[in-house]
Amino acid sequence: MLRIKTYTRILPHHASQNGVSISVDEQHAGANFLEALYYSLRVDYPKFFKMDKLSKLGFLLAELTLRAEPERFVPREDVAVICFNRSSSLDTDVAFQRTIQRADSYYPSPAVFVYTLPNIATGEIAIRNKFFGETSFYITDQFDAAQMYSTVADTFADSPFTEALVAWVECFGNDFDGLMLHVKTSPDRSKGRENDFTIKRLEDYYERGIGGEP
Amino acid sequence: MILIIGHNIVSALGFSSDENYLQVRSGTSGVRRCENVFGVPEPFAASLINDDLLHQHFFYAQLGNEHALPMEQYSPFEMAAIVSAADAIRRAKINPAESRVLFVFSTTKGNVAMLEDELQDVGQGKASPALNPPIYLASSARRITEFFGNRNTPVVVSNACISGAAALLAAKRALDAWRYDFAVVVGADRLSKFIVSGFQSFKALAPERCKPFDSARCGLNLGEAAATMVLANVQAEFACRGERNSRLYAFSDEEKMHLMFPPYSFLLSGAIRNDANHISGPSRTGEGALRALQQALQGVDRSRIAFVCTHGTASVYNDEMESIAIDRAGLSDKPINGLKAYFGHTLGAAGILESIISLLAMRDGVALKTLGYEASGVSRQLNMTTGNVPVSQPYFVKMLSGFGGGNAALLFGVQRGMKNFLKE
Repeated sequence: MLRIKTYTRILPHHASQNGVSISVDEQHAGANFLEALYYSLRVDYPKFFKMDKLSKLGFLLAELTLRAEPERFVPREDVAVICFNRSSSLDTDVAFQRTIQRADSYYPSPAVFVYTLPNIATGEIAIRNKFFGETSFYITDQFDAAQMYSTVADTFADSPFTEALVAWVECFGNDFDGLMLHVKTSPDRSKGRENDFTIKRLEDYYERGIGGEP
Repeated sequence: MILIIGHNIVSALGFSSDENYLQVRSGTSGVRRCENVFGVPEPFAASLINDDLLHQHFFYAQLGNEHALPMEQYSPFEMAAIVSAADAIRRAKINPAESRVLFVFSTTKGNVAMLEDELQDVGQGKASPALNPPIYLASSARRITEFFGNRNTPVVVSNACISGAAALLAAKRALDAWRYDFAVVVGADRLSKFIVSGFQSFKALAPERCKPFDSARCGLNLGEAAATMVLANVQAEFACRGERNSRLYAFSDEEKMHLMFPPYSFLLSGAIRNDANHISGPSRTGEGALRALQQALQGVDRSRIAFVCTHGTASVYNDEMESIAIDRAGLSDKPINGLKAYFGHTLGAAGILESIISLLAMRDGVALKTLGYEASGVSRQLNMTTGNVPVSQPYFVKMLSGFGGGNAALLFGVQRGMKNFLKE
């Protein structure tokens, strides 16, 4: 059976874990929310500032999700990182296109180009946490709990993973929307537990955005 | 168990798998020098699809199709994907509109070339415009499945250069779980100013035809392709074979022979593992590639493996990393090849395209020559092919690696003659 250990939500002005709001440090108010959240979490990972918005969002979802884990950063192959979104890396694609759009200001930037792939976000999470397991990125029309569920269930059925970070990591323009579930296998096969990994629960956690009850 | 019941390749070397394979077997490359192409100021070498021929093939693919939009409404990317999928589906003799058929797409950049026109209207420095729907990968995928009258939600994988393997794995898993009977797995990418200028900014491109694993290798070539594999759950395939054979009247005797008694090919296993090392550089120790190989080859007798088809981009770091992973996995005595000098790096199509070419080589009993390779330029001693080498074992391995630290390994099996098959 797959069970949900924790769930984390990040929206443009709000972050929460298991329904409990994360307070973002006041002294950084007014800055970009993702950077303010980074400072609030007291993470020391300077590479964060090189990332594009999509990778920053994925990175922070994983930081929040895993911060209470014992034995973090011990290399593991039994953890999969499975992400989904709608806009792929289009936010950075537009930024890169601007650097090559006009002949008189043509200057393609390698630092921007490297982020024109959505799975760089899954790579950043794997690097930070030393996860050697599967990393996959899927694109859907919209948040699609049914496809997310079957993809995750299929991944566990095919390969000997014991845990997965399952995330919706959407980002375009000034808008972003992140949900991450920490899913674990459980030897207990009883159904109907409140933390069972199900389509319904994926939908519920996604709907519980700002101001939702815990 | 997963059977491969149809496939196609659209590339500079042709519009069917056989056409492409025969060109490769005879040592022909699609890579050409490109000047003033896509509005890129610096010249580069790449393998490009002939758009005039593609239009002709598209014209025939859409004839009599009530679901098809007018031809001019499809982008070059969508046309290549549709032409490839249509041919593979025809050969597999499945009805793509049936609810038991899943479409899985593999692409890195889809219709990204459309961004140029999008930004033209808005001008520079303004806020991000709302984008034309086909620029969204899932929306473009939907336009392609609608062409075939298929109403299932397509699966779209975007895992950089390992996308093709990831899409085949996603399809295999959906079939193993019995959620579908058949899967049409389409990998496609077209080149554009966006992609070429990006790779140029990385200084990743070779000025001429690339040289995988060679001591003088100096970067990769890009390539355009669409490649399709139709996969079947083996029980589903045999359950409806009788019905499908009753539709054989449209084929010649020779075609009937091949369709009724094809040499069976199988996608046996696969795995994806991350290097957990760097977003744009491969691991120095081949960590992810080794782990993917170990997982995909679990329980497989190494002596049954005919050859290993590498990712082999001809970049200095990729080929070195793969040589280490192959050596550590105990495969360095196998014939090892790379196909990038024939097609360039075809991005989202590469995993599917190079697997199809390898399948056809297996049927001929050869490991294909590594075009561009002369003298070893990697630290581990590998048995690189310098010609088309005879092989007789039933399995081969396909490796891929890419940005984001992803690595994939796939294990395929090919039966040659019923005797061989029964022994397996």
